Amino acid sequence: MADFVMPTLGADMTEGTLVQWKKREGDRVTKGEGIAEVDTEKAVIEVESHTTGVIERLLTKPGDKVPIGTVMAVIREEGRPTTSPAPAQEVARPAAAPHLAHRTDTVVPSPSQTGRLRISPAARKLAAERGIDPAHMQGTGPDGAITLEDIERAAAVAPGVTKPAIVADRQARMRQTIAAAMARSKREIPHYYLSTTIDMGRTVTWLKQENETRPMTERLLYGVLLIKAVAIALRRVPELNALWKEGAAVRSEGIHIGTAISLRQGGLVAPALHDADRLSLSDLMTNFQDLVKRARAGSLRSSEMSDPTITVTSLGEQGVETVFGVIYPPQVALVGFGKLVERPWVMNGQVVARPVIMASLSADHRVSDGHRGGIFLAEIDRLLQEPHTL
Amino acid sequence: MSQPMDGNEMRSLTLRLLGEIAPEADLTSLQPDVSFRDQLDLDSMDFLNFVVALHKEFQIDIPEADYPKYMTLNGCLAQLSAARS
Amino acid sequence: MAKITYREAVRAGLREALQRDSRVFLMGEDVGKYGGTYACSKGFLDEFGPERIRDTPLSESTFVGAGIGAALGGMRPIVEVMTVNFSLLALDQILNNAATLRHMSGGQFSVPLVVRMATGAGRQVAAQHSHSLEGWYAHIPGIRVLTPATVTDARGMLLTALQEPDPVFIFEHAYLYSMEGELEEGPPAVDISRAAVRRTGKDVSLITFGGSLWKTLAAATSLAQEGIEAEVMDLRVLRPLDINSVLTSVRKTHRAVVIDEAWRTGSFAAEISAQIMEGVFYDLDSPVARVCSEEVPIPYPKHLEDAALPQPDKIVQAVHTLLGR
Repeated sequence: MADFVMPTLGADMTEGTLVQWKKREGDRVTKGEGIAEVDTEKAVIEVESHTTGVIERLLTKPGDKVPIGTVMAVIREEGRPTTSPAPAQEVARPAAAPHLAHRTDTVVPSPSQTGRLRISPAARKLAAERGIDPAHMQGTGPDGAITLEDIERAAAVAPGVTKPAIVADRQARMRQTIAAAMARSKREIPHYYLSTTIDMGRTVTWLKQENETRPMTERLLYGVLLIKAVAIALRRVPELNALWKEGAAVRSEGIHIGTAISLRQGGLVAPALHDADRLSLSDLMTNFQDLVKRARAGSLRSSEMSDPTITVTSLGEQGVETVFGVIYPPQVALVGFGKLVERPWVMNGQVVARPVIMASLSADHRVSDGHRGGIFLAEIDRLLQEPHTL
Repeated sequence: MSQPMDGNEMRSLTLRLLGEIAPEADLTSLQPDVSFRDQLDLDSMDFLNFVVALHKEFQIDIPEADYPKYMTLNGCLAQLSAARS
Repeated sequence: MAKITYREAVRAGLREALQRDSRVFLMGEDVGKYGGTYACSKGFLDEFGPERIRDTPLSESTFVGAGIGAALGGMRPIVEVMTVNFSLLALDQILNNAATLRHMSGGQFSVPLVVRMATGAGRQVAAQHSHSLEGWYAHIPGIRVLTPATVTDARGMLLTALQEPDPVFIFEHAYLYSMEGELEEGPPAVDISRAAVRRTGKDVSLITFGGSLWKTLAAATSLAQEGIEAEVMDLRVLRPLDINSVLTSVRKTHRAVVIDEAWRTGSFAAEISAQIMEGVFYDLDSPVARVCSEEVPIPYPKHLEDAALPQPDKIVQAVHTLLGR
């Protein structure tokens, strides 16, 4: 038996609200598959299972708010018997049996066997008109189909509250969440800050040539090269790729770069680009695009919220040359990039115009010292002088 | 590919693509000669997505060096007319 | 208003038609001396004489053909085919002559013929006498197909049909002849182009015609007790079909059950279902359901016949399924 618990989906999350189950009792789940949707005040996150097996019991009801660590479901791991030593026949019963029993339930989740949403044409039309996403609704129609009434009920959840108001409400809650995390960071983490200006000439030239060879849809942004450089540099200074847990830093195994993404309605999230040091630039670019898209659509996965081992923020887009960020607990470091600008630069005794960028490091002094931080920034610099190796 | 398309149609298609990138923006008050980045708070990813959307919609290939020409509405329309004529 | 039976209503319509227009005459098997198999022309032979009330040989092809000829010749014949079961013998006359002559003659000839026949099951007369084939006739362009379900329609549709320049087929459900009802106010002749809402509701449209109307209304009453408001639509005219009334209702209720005593496969209910899908797909909140007869020759024993035909409880069950209950 494995417990499925309310996960920590970001610093200062103490509890979460179950929006809905994506699986039913008796359903099979594989590791990494979405099992529940949880509202963290900051976003609705799809929470993945960390076990492969069959869902034995669902303990939390949609709408319930439970503290992190609460057991929400019990999963019978592959190849293990049920809780109580069941009679032999029951073990032998085909796995489909409990599934079928639930088919007749009127509030079963709605995806049909083909994976296509079971929703009536009229309900689909109304959902589109009202701006309701029926993808994860539970239908009450025949075989769990989503009906007009289901959509109307969803639309009426907050009577008179229109979509902008819901957005405003979420924005306010997100502001509170960010406030709590940042206040805790500044209260608990002794930050130190370093910065260095990096000559981006070689990277920019290389990228230009590279993009000329690529079809439009596969071109790279220089931001992806920055992320890759940070990821590789972390291998050399692994203490920055860690989480602070119960009074000590625990180094993370993978390098998952939390990428600060500002949301168009305000606020930001910093979901993880997994294994950024191991992915090719093309894959990293693809994943980055997907991540930004989903972050803005509000459909991030739990692992993306809980896995970042360090954060990279780039405020250069807004025109500032330097950013010293606040570390996102329990991470122990944050890398900032400013605007890519042309500046006078001395090369071989000559002053030349070069594109440069200011890289900064905010790091937790309990975990690392300025010396190591300096090596880290220098390593990023070195890597960006050899862009073809990234 | 190139079916005749008048300026209005081109403009409304362009605005629609822009609307998909920045759904909350009020495009009716868009100033045609001011950059999208300044008016709509587009970042480089948004802008990349926009030119890729133009590429798909109008079936034109845009060299990266020409991206800056697509930074404003009038710039886009001028480039698109040239590319399709 | 006095209550009269469906049989009396048909008879009243026939009588009025015969009185109104001297070109009108009635012919068919046993319509004269016997007074009609369903007693719809009882006493007519004495009242109108043998020229206008004509007993025919047992040959449907012959007397339907004679009716077509009389209509072409300027008369207004009413041909009674005893039941739809025997009308098959006259199909060649109906399909190849009555329905086509206007078209084949480039509009020079019209066939103002009215053919009445009993249809339907439910009276323990076994497989050969229990067909519901009005849906087949509705397949044929060039004729009009009526299915009066109320006493008002039983009397009035005939009168309007006689004003039509083209052949009209009236299907009287045999089960209804003994049913009593109140004649509605208004002129005897009634519209023969539109469907009628027999009960209004907002939750589901029950679409039917002919003998199934009463079973459907019974189902609607039972559904109302559970708080489900069913709208009952009586199609009245199968061809040309008033699909707009159907679509209007389904647009409102978002759900439809079609009740048709014919066998499900290839039934008129299938046609209605298809047209609903074509017309209001995006207003549907559930698939269109059908309650039809089981795909067997209609059985003789009562319990088996009842089980084979649409019944109120089957209609209620179909609605429950649509509502996910």
